[in-house]
Amino acid sequence: MTAQATPGPGTPVEEPDAHTWTGRARRWLLKKLPPDKLLPEDQPSYVASWAYVFGMGAIASLLWIVISGIVLGLNGPQWYHVSSLGNFVNSTHLWSVELFFIFMVVHLWLKFWMAAWRGGRVLTWITGVISFVVSIVAAFTGYLLQTNFDSQWIAFEAKDALNAVGVGAWFNVANVGQLFTWHITLLPLAVGAVVILHVLLVRVHGVVPPLEAAESDAQLLHNRPEPAEPPEPTAPPETAESGGAVR
Amino acid sequence: MTGWLVASVGTVGDGTYFGWDGFTIQSGNLIVIVVMIILFVLALVLPFPGGKRRK
Repeated sequence: MTAQATPGPGTPVEEPDAHTWTGRARRWLLKKLPPDKLLPEDQPSYVASWAYVFGMGAIASLLWIVISGIVLGLNGPQWYHVSSLGNFVNSTHLWSVELFFIFMVVHLWLKFWMAAWRGGRVLTWITGVISFVVSIVAAFTGYLLQTNFDSQWIAFEAKDALNAVGVGAWFNVANVGQLFTWHITLLPLAVGAVVILHVLLVRVHGVVPPLEAAESDAQLLHNRPEPAEPPEPTAPPETAESGGAVR
Repeated sequence: MTGWLVASVGTVGDGTYFGWDGFTIQSGNLIVIVVMIILFVLALVLPFPGGKRRK
């Protein structure tokens, strides 16, 4: 395999002689997600809105869920049920889940009324839906691991439903050990993977423009040599180029 | 072990429920739903700080 110079940011990737699967994968990845799209420095001006912050709020909450979950798992239930610090960290784990779902639902509402699946963003929408569903299952297993009468009540209300749909053997709510594995390994990995894919797809396609920005916004016309309409008076001329993440 | 059990039992409460004509909701769930609606409306109407200065 011949050595190839790494393309710079925004450089069209031309590697016609990529003849191994790693070379083809690299060429495909660099074409789909060049470094300047993966880690952009500028966003279109319409991103300066509260409607665009709730996804990142959900990610920040998820980060604390994972961090506090690692602390809880390493110290064990006798720590987080008995000691003051353990109770506190346990509570932050719960409240970061509450914030995660609050931010995720508000994010969902805002993107739904923005028709955020426009412009080839269907997979971004679908991965968002999947992350929501998997997060619900992950949170459910968390409520089952409270190891109190509340979790016992939830488990024995849920077992009949899970048996009825035929998953009771693999997802046994009466088996705390199995649920612990689901809750601290499989489901967090699934949520993390889907959320990472969701964010990467947002970077590939760019954040969705507001409905009223469609067709007329100068920042969406950056591929044309001359914008059909002049940019906003407050925006500098290079704004048209800064919207590179938007298609 | 006993302390663990006592601590666990102590965290379970009945909760406060609101109901109208057969519809019942626990106060915690109602608060979360109301907070989400308030955040949704505020996100639409509140100006973003520093938004005018950004490119």
